[in-house]
Amino acid sequence: MSYTFILILIMALITIALRALPFLIFTKDRKTPAYIIYLGKVLPQAVIGMLVIYCLKDISPRVAPFGLPEILAAAAVALLQVWRRNAVLSILGGTAIYMVLVQVVF
Amino acid sequence: MHTSTIKKSFTASIPILAGYIALGMGFGILLRNAGYGLPWAFLMSLVIYGGTIQYVGVSLIAGPASIISTILTSLMINARQLFYAISMITLYKDAGKFKPYLVLSVTDETYSLLSNGKTPEGVDPHEYRFWVCLFCQCYWIIGGLLGNGLGNVLPFSTQGISYSMTALFVASLTEQWISTKNHVPALTGIISTLACLLLFGPEKFLIPSMIVITFVLTVLRGPMEHREHLTYDSEATQDTAAESAAVESTSCAEDKVKTAADSEKLQAIVDGMPQENSSATDAGKMLYDNASDVMREEAVK
Repeated sequence: MSYTFILILIMALITIALRALPFLIFTKDRKTPAYIIYLGKVLPQAVIGMLVIYCLKDISPRVAPFGLPEILAAAAVALLQVWRRNAVLSILGGTAIYMVLVQVVF
Repeated sequence: MHTSTIKKSFTASIPILAGYIALGMGFGILLRNAGYGLPWAFLMSLVIYGGTIQYVGVSLIAGPASIISTILTSLMINARQLFYAISMITLYKDAGKFKPYLVLSVTDETYSLLSNGKTPEGVDPHEYRFWVCLFCQCYWIIGGLLGNGLGNVLPFSTQGISYSMTALFVASLTEQWISTKNHVPALTGIISTLACLLLFGPEKFLIPSMIVITFVLTVLRGPMEHREHLTYDSEATQDTAAESAAVESTSCAEDKVKTAADSEKLQAIVDGMPQENSSATDAGKMLYDNASDVMREEAVK
């Protein structure tokens, strides 16, 4: 078994474990607590906010290009979404803008 | 197997198609540049099935990282899967034979698509969700294979394509913001994460962020439930999320639909990383170097 294969296996097993854990703890024989249901409703929105920051975590506003490609492209995504409310357009458009900025402009 | 169910689930999964192909291609290209070919791309997308962890995984196997580092990194990156799984418990309670695969295929995208609990008429909801998840993973695998196989022969440079993940999240956040009145959860997420990023640095801030978010949302539960006229009655039947949605006010139910629609767009990108090639490699190396440091510090104590 190559070492690469072992590392991939580890990543897979941990991912599986994390996905399965809540289902193993909260079995259908027990009623899911109201608190857990509440979390299920509010966490997703909070997590999306967290993920936006996570994606932008490595930009350095003090060093060229000052995180401008990321910020400008993000603004483009937001504006596209407000304009057309079409996620595919916003995502592909924003990504294309970022690619142009990173390859040509900065 | 019912054809109408399959057709309806395919239609529902189309928004994810574009995002996963783009993100998957980014991953496939990254993997190819690290020296690993199609079989590896297929294997990783099949058994791991996670955007961020696969992107970082390229750095880990190219390193190669130590086993401990890989374990720690995987835990940190995928800890948010716990959040998603918790939300899906009610939905998947009676999924029977479909349950194992449904549980294992919870990603940001499938979560967005399915977490509102709404399914079309005339289909078995569990079978419907099964097919949606299956289609999504197929798109992901195909994207990875396309990027890995064709990435280097495309007429244009694909540098920056992994930004599609960031774009997905921003699009989702924007859409949610427009369509919900209660911005508290979203603001909680953003502010808590920013604070933890500044306090703990880009390598270690994710887990503190999740702890802070959970804590703040718990504290705010009373005021928010009162404000939204929501009740979370643990004595009521909890068979389907649709039933629990019925307890909410109409505006909240509408919010959920929009949130789910946005989430799917977001989730499509959730898995990828915003940086490519050497940046991803550096980020990956920093992550597991950090994990090694943590291990050493712990050993010294």
